Amino acid sequence: MAGVLAFLRNTWRGLTAMRTALVLLFLLALAALPGVLLPQYSLNSAKVAEYKAQHDVVGPWLDKLGFFNVFAAPWFAAVYLMLFVSLIGCIAPRTVEFAQQLRAEPSLTPRRLTRMPHHARAEVDADPDSVIAHARQRLRGWRVAVREEADGVRTLSAERGFLREAGNLVFHFSMMLLLVGLAVGKLYGYEGQVIVRADGTENRQWCNSGLFAYDSFRPGLRVDGTELAPFCVRVENFQAKYLHTGQADSFHADISYQDGSAATGGGSDEWQKYGLEVNSPLRVNGNRVYLLGHGYAPRFVVTFPDGQQRTGSVQWKPMDNATLLSEGATKFDRPGVTDPEQRRKTQLAITGLFAPTAGYDGTVLTSVFPMPNRPAVAVDVYLGDLGADSGTPQSIFSIDRSMVDAGRLVKVARKNLELGQELTLEDGTRIRFDGVENWVSLQVSHDPAQEWVLVAAVLVLVGLGGSLLIKRRRLWVRASPSGGADGTGRTVVEVGGLARTDQAGYGEEFTRLADGLLAVGRPRAAVGGGPERRDVP
Amino acid sequence: MPINQTYSQYSDLSVVSAMAVYFLAMLLHAAENAFGRQAAKRESRNAVAAGVGGGTVVAERPAPPPPGERLLPERLGRMGVALTVLGALLHLASLVLRGLATSRVPWGNMYEYISAVCLAAVVAWLVMVRRHPVRQLGAFVLTPVGIMLFIAAKLLYADAAPVVPALRSYWIVIHVSAAVIASGAFLVAGVTSALFIVKASNEANPKRFARLAARLPESAALDKTSYRISVFAFPLLTFGIIAGAVWAESAWGRYWGWDPKETVAFISWVIYAAYLHSRATAGWRGSRAAWVNVAGFATTVFNLFFVNLVTTGLHSYAGV
Repeated sequence: MAGVLAFLRNTWRGLTAMRTALVLLFLLALAALPGVLLPQYSLNSAKVAEYKAQHDVVGPWLDKLGFFNVFAAPWFAAVYLMLFVSLIGCIAPRTVEFAQQLRAEPSLTPRRLTRMPHHARAEVDADPDSVIAHARQRLRGWRVAVREEADGVRTLSAERGFLREAGNLVFHFSMMLLLVGLAVGKLYGYEGQVIVRADGTENRQWCNSGLFAYDSFRPGLRVDGTELAPFCVRVENFQAKYLHTGQADSFHADISYQDGSAATGGGSDEWQKYGLEVNSPLRVNGNRVYLLGHGYAPRFVVTFPDGQQRTGSVQWKPMDNATLLSEGATKFDRPGVTDPEQRRKTQLAITGLFAPTAGYDGTVLTSVFPMPNRPAVAVDVYLGDLGADSGTPQSIFSIDRSMVDAGRLVKVARKNLELGQELTLEDGTRIRFDGVENWVSLQVSHDPAQEWVLVAAVLVLVGLGGSLLIKRRRLWVRASPSGGADGTGRTVVEVGGLARTDQAGYGEEFTRLADGLLAVGRPRAAVGGGPERRDVP
Repeated sequence: MPINQTYSQYSDLSVVSAMAVYFLAMLLHAAENAFGRQAAKRESRNAVAAGVGGGTVVAERPAPPPPGERLLPERLGRMGVALTVLGALLHLASLVLRGLATSRVPWGNMYEYISAVCLAAVVAWLVMVRRHPVRQLGAFVLTPVGIMLFIAAKLLYADAAPVVPALRSYWIVIHVSAAVIASGAFLVAGVTSALFIVKASNEANPKRFARLAARLPESAALDKTSYRISVFAFPLLTFGIIAGAVWAESAWGRYWGWDPKETVAFISWVIYAAYLHSRATAGWRGSRAAWVNVAGFATTVFNLFFVNLVTTGLHSYAGV
């Protein structure tokens, strides 16, 4: 039992020693390094897949050991948790000590003040009591204790700079608070992305009503996608401006939103306006809405052989962010066909490329500019079974290739179309490239603890400033009556100074203080000359 | 906002002149070191000759220079500092002109950012020269600054242009200037720490680095310089990271996301925190602490070049 206790005690002492904390700091830096050198799932999972494909031996091992997800890996957590345990072990006793120091009197005046790094001495024309009274007055803001020694000698001990240790403690406690805030955010926060059409139509408003409303959703560990803070957004319009070099100049979306009760109350028409831009998210009901990106949705009008018309426009996915050359698939069901058997033979898909400003390399369509100056599409038209009722989820950006491979979906046309142009299929179906619509991708983020993290971060900074800029320093004065017998009231005054942490910079302050303390009564040039002084810088 | 080409051209001229002036200053400091060594040698030779020839123990020292007249090495060193000040002014002018040309802060791409970091380093260096007896280190500080400035201006040069919408925020003034000043100051601290290691090694064993160490100030002065700069730069780095987090919250949707630049900034921060702790830990003071500071500087450089040029993250703008 005693052995176990001794082991525990030694482990605790080892863990809370400064050397251990140093080693843990280095380990933390080292452990974070793979987060930069290796691709990370959280940043770009495609890159991770690419890396694993290129390194088929080490890749799977690195994956198993969490090297592609460093900041969620158990070993990374182990390092920082140990560091924080070590921190608590170091800080807790120091807090107690600091509380005691705050109540304790400044320490006794050392016998030999000449041994102090800073020292000054003079003989003055005043008695010890008035020297000390003068010093007391001068040392405002210092913690002072006056003591008596034998033979009428008076001493004064003064101490200042307690805020250094206070700052140090605040810094370390705030680091812990920051970690807690970070953890709470990871537990109760969420983040989701969604593509919304930017044409302001009533039925295209988007509401934060649950998981299903998002295209992708990353919930915190305690978030199940229900009970999200309710609000609705409608994107009225969107403008993107680009410089002639193709560099983005500005993105702006005029949006309307309804928060909380209005959104759930059903049918309230009170919408508020907001200009959504990069760097200025909408903050509503504890959530933030960001403008992440934008793209185009080509509009196609399909006129079927029986004369019926259908209009379709779906977002196409940008392949190149510089030119916004996009790819996608716009799908149609033949109107009036209710028999599932028949429907699976007559579904239509328009796939291919969309260029906002067309350029041609022979007949191959490319895009030369991201703004819709000369929109064009290069489309493949497929007819047959899209596989929509096969049960497997479909991408909105592409057709199900397996249906093509199985021969159930057949390519029936390929053509480049500019705005207003059309193509005609063998069965008489006409497809017109009718227009271009905008879409924006929005991100909704929720983090209930981020204000606390900010408070903690500010405290970290304040504590750091205090602990690095303030010096803990001590000053002693000894006033000894000299020449006693003739009773003229001459006094030898000695001043000593010591900075407890870093000597640099105390010299000038000490000189100033000592000059003030020695300027009492009328200085006697006892040894020839004014106050003598010695400073160790 | 259109780009003012005239200002932009003058900015380019200015930065090239600054580089040339820094180079001259470097040469002067190098000459200061060389002549300083020669003077020291001559002195010791005279002492030996006097001892042997005269058979007396009192060495005949060369007469001290008359008051008001300085020795050649010191004159060269002072000229070097004066030229460094001139170079810094030209350097500052180039950044101000860039800012005027583009109507924005002059740290919107990698060329401008590195140039600003170099200026911050030179200014930090000049402040140190005023306060600590470290003037003869001029060549050692100006060399990395010159190399970085050359890389920025020749290899990473970008035409004056407006920045992307993501960078149009007042946070670019706050966050990036903090990063610039902290990085520049840490550059100087890295150099003085590296030289501390050399000097301390020489003090332990006079045979090691004998030639180089003879030109360096006392190891205590080097250590103090490194510490002073780090104590100034570390809170600034902390502030820069916090300001970056606040900006990231309004630009990218989260205050921290382990983007490569964020991660390396975190690593630098941890290493400099370790440096400050190591100076208060028995067995770690001196060379070990200096190594930690050098490691911190290495991560700063890594963050500047590797993260922007090799990895892709949210901090990549305009190709670099």
